[in-house]
Amino acid sequence: MGYKVDAEGFYGEYGGAYIPEMLYPNIRELENNYMKIVSSDSFQNKFRLLLRDYAGRPTPLFRAERLSAHYGTQIFLKREDLNHTGAHKINNTIGQILVATHLKKKRIIAETGAGQHGVATATVCALTGMECIVYMGALDVERQAPNVKKMKMLGAEVVPVHSGNKTLKDATNEAIRDWISHPVDTHYIIGSVVGPHPYPDMVTRFQSVISEEIRIQLMEKTGRDYPDYLVACVGGGSNAAGAYYHYLEDRRVRLISAEAAGLGVDSGYTAATSLLGRPGIIHGSRTLLMQDDDGQIEEPYSISAGLDYPGVGPLHAWLAESGRATVYAITDEEALQAAMLCTRKEGIIPALETAHALAALEKIKPGIKDVVVLNLSGRGDKDMETYIDKLEI
Amino acid sequence: MINRIDQLFREREREILSIYITAGYPGLHDTPRLLKALEEHGADMVEIGIPFSDPLADGPVIQQSSLLALRNGMTLDLLFNQLNEIRESVSIPLVMMGYLNPVLQMGMERFLSRCRDTGIDGVIIPDLPPDEYETRYLDLFRSYGIYNSLLVTPHTDNQRIFRIAALSEGFLYLVAAASTTGARSSVEKHQKEYFQRLKELKLPVPGLIGFGISNRETFLTACQYARGAIIGSAFIRALGEENSLTLEKRVERFIGEIRGGTPA
Repeated sequence: MGYKVDAEGFYGEYGGAYIPEMLYPNIRELENNYMKIVSSDSFQNKFRLLLRDYAGRPTPLFRAERLSAHYGTQIFLKREDLNHTGAHKINNTIGQILVATHLKKKRIIAETGAGQHGVATATVCALTGMECIVYMGALDVERQAPNVKKMKMLGAEVVPVHSGNKTLKDATNEAIRDWISHPVDTHYIIGSVVGPHPYPDMVTRFQSVISEEIRIQLMEKTGRDYPDYLVACVGGGSNAAGAYYHYLEDRRVRLISAEAAGLGVDSGYTAATSLLGRPGIIHGSRTLLMQDDDGQIEEPYSISAGLDYPGVGPLHAWLAESGRATVYAITDEEALQAAMLCTRKEGIIPALETAHALAALEKIKPGIKDVVVLNLSGRGDKDMETYIDKLEI
Repeated sequence: MINRIDQLFREREREILSIYITAGYPGLHDTPRLLKALEEHGADMVEIGIPFSDPLADGPVIQQSSLLALRNGMTLDLLFNQLNEIRESVSIPLVMMGYLNPVLQMGMERFLSRCRDTGIDGVIIPDLPPDEYETRYLDLFRSYGIYNSLLVTPHTDNQRIFRIAALSEGFLYLVAAASTTGARSSVEKHQKEYFQRLKELKLPVPGLIGFGISNRETFLTACQYARGAIIGSAFIRALGEENSLTLEKRVERFIGEIRGGTPA
């Protein structure tokens, strides 16, 4: 069985579009058009140009010598942290803003947790002169003040969401409600490979530029175009989906996903969705979901705001269940230590999300000749306060 | 035995009033009591909302009632237990309305079986898509004799309206506006045009208009175009108002105002 989305929008038994009828026209319009738009020459030309000249792609593949020596293997870091706005998120927002423009939408909405996707969305809206409304949990608005200010400076309206637990899940609910009320003129830029079909596939395709570049860069550096291990962190899972995309069917490549264990998988304060989740419906998608026996969705916890989502993209649910990907749950503490190690060995301060992927290096024990590519999805600027506080710098 | 929803539409030609409540709101054990009061004071049907942590299609009022109901301790299992003997005292049609996830966790077949055993006549699951319903669940619904009412909206094209109407049993849920649930004070011109379009389609199943119906005026407007209407948020708000009235008195006053009698 393959790992690409099927005609009905499923990955194995995960995915689909479990949406109320109010959203059907919006989703249908996107589903009918996205492949046509995305595969057209004019779209590809614009998309590639913006990725190169605006986002700063291709991002380098960096041979991390000291980290390699530490682990006794060959580690390459895919430097998504060097993208404009500091993470891979911009790949998706550039793609989606072009789709929105093509569909003649006038208004962009987005959800954000830590604010990275919100900033990446506000950025492309400024670039294209599009109205931008970002929904953000009221608690996150308080916790992520610098990103809120960035979004405002970029011209976006940031709407604090007071429903539920006032975090990412609730912000996503509110963005979907906005879309229900604005079915004609609005495009919803989802920030990860989650939500109803065709979002998981569309966002994966925009992020797949990551593995496209890895293939070329690895060939140049090692003489072969695939790694033995490919490591990425998974919250919703967009950076991992992009890093895996061209290797999904290539069994020589071991896919390693790092999820957030928070204070520990069994602590009750965790976001280890693939390990603890059961099949369920969240934000229009059937996936593995942290929920109670009554089917109420549970609030996840992680030190990293980008990983505390109670679901996971349906592709990742399928990769985990089918055994194609190996999932490791990384605790807050392990992530912090891995961030410090990367910083001191390579002079790169990673985002807290990425730190979970780095911590997975401790678990996989690659051999001396193995090639490990780790997707360095984002930079740590936004996390400095946490690092200073927790690492007692 | 004839489904009570069919019975209702046979016996009552117009101004059918369906009231939405959130199970476990305002108090955990209020639901059976509310159902009795609603029947006594003139509701024709009740939609019993299954509270969910992430009610995507709902506006602030029902979000809040759902949250409070969950905090009160409401679960789908408890709801069925509370309604165990409801048919000894309530005879109007009862419909369960809720999101797909809690239903799937119980298991669709077990859910339908408990609906049948409790005397529930129909269900509304807004995020269960028509295609999935048809291919996976239709036969199961039929075998348990539980009706499924699907939704159409102002942006549903005619072809799809016919398809959804053909899948719906009992009644079709006519969503009044492109919006989440929540009270509005008036019905706008473009909504009337949409209602008129629906009326002229002469669908094989009767329709009830919901979303934004809040008072006597909007109720009567809706009833010009459909067999009746559904009121949710406005009623939930009336239940939550700070005053000293009993639940029964609140029900009596609210329905009295909708029906146009002077409140007692």
